[in-house]
Amino acid sequence: MARAATTTDAFNAVAEPRRREILDLLAGGERSVTELVESLGLSQPLVSKHLRVLREVGLVRVRDEGRQRFYRLNAGPLRSIATWLVPFERAMSERFDLMDDVIAELKAQEDDTHGDDDQLGEGHAPD
Amino acid sequence: MATTTNSAKVTLPTDTQILITREFDAPRHLVWKAYTTPDLIARWWGGSHGKVTSAEVDLRVGGTWRYVLAANEGFEVAFHGEYQEISAPDRLVNTEIYEGAPEGVGVVTTTLTEAGGRTTLTQLCEYGTREVRDAVIDSGMEGGMQESMDALEQVAVSLR
Repeated sequence: MARAATTTDAFNAVAEPRRREILDLLAGGERSVTELVESLGLSQPLVSKHLRVLREVGLVRVRDEGRQRFYRLNAGPLRSIATWLVPFERAMSERFDLMDDVIAELKAQEDDTHGDDDQLGEGHAPD
Repeated sequence: MATTTNSAKVTLPTDTQILITREFDAPRHLVWKAYTTPDLIARWWGGSHGKVTSAEVDLRVGGTWRYVLAANEGFEVAFHGEYQEISAPDRLVNTEIYEGAPEGVGVVTTTLTEAGGRTTLTQLCEYGTREVRDAVIDSGMEGGMQESMDALEQVAVSLR
């Protein structure tokens, strides 16, 4: 999948852990810059820098009220990431669904040979 | 038969990682057994992508593993790696190399935690670069994307 530069791509924007933290906070509702600075324990310039990146990719919206600047989440661009993960997630799920069947058989065998540790006690054996 | 409807959850904790979690309706030692026994691996590892033709496991630190899948499309897909940490039945660390792109080495940490007779499997896959990580995710497109397109088409047809 082709990617654009940091400033235009949600993938890049959320690659930074602090920016994800900001999104997590905003998921709880609109926050002022001051509130974000307090919650994150980062300097205001650094928070502002992260907010600028998030804003440029459209992940946050901004609103000025008096001297305060408020940010809120706009999750739309995140959909591209979720969509990207879907086929991989499905492939993993198919694999584990088959593992369920194998495990169900192991369980049945273990029930049949209950008390016979020689047969199926592998997981319990000290290494 | 334990046909749980749990699907695997995939998240991207950092730029170079993939985190996969899945719950199983079974105690941990059985999940471990299914996860590490060659003839059992052969039954699940291929998913719906094809048939596992070989599963070699030398389960000791420094030992190697290699799985080969004959994909439905006719080609062969092989992965191999080395075991770095083994703590049965709760933790396994191994490298993972896709033989079609051997320069991208992954380190996979698999953890099994049991609670109330159920087991949660978590797999943290760490790659050297984001490009490798992304290529691994993209590899899921092969079968999966087509299926999701087919499903989408069915939905679209049903709406007509």
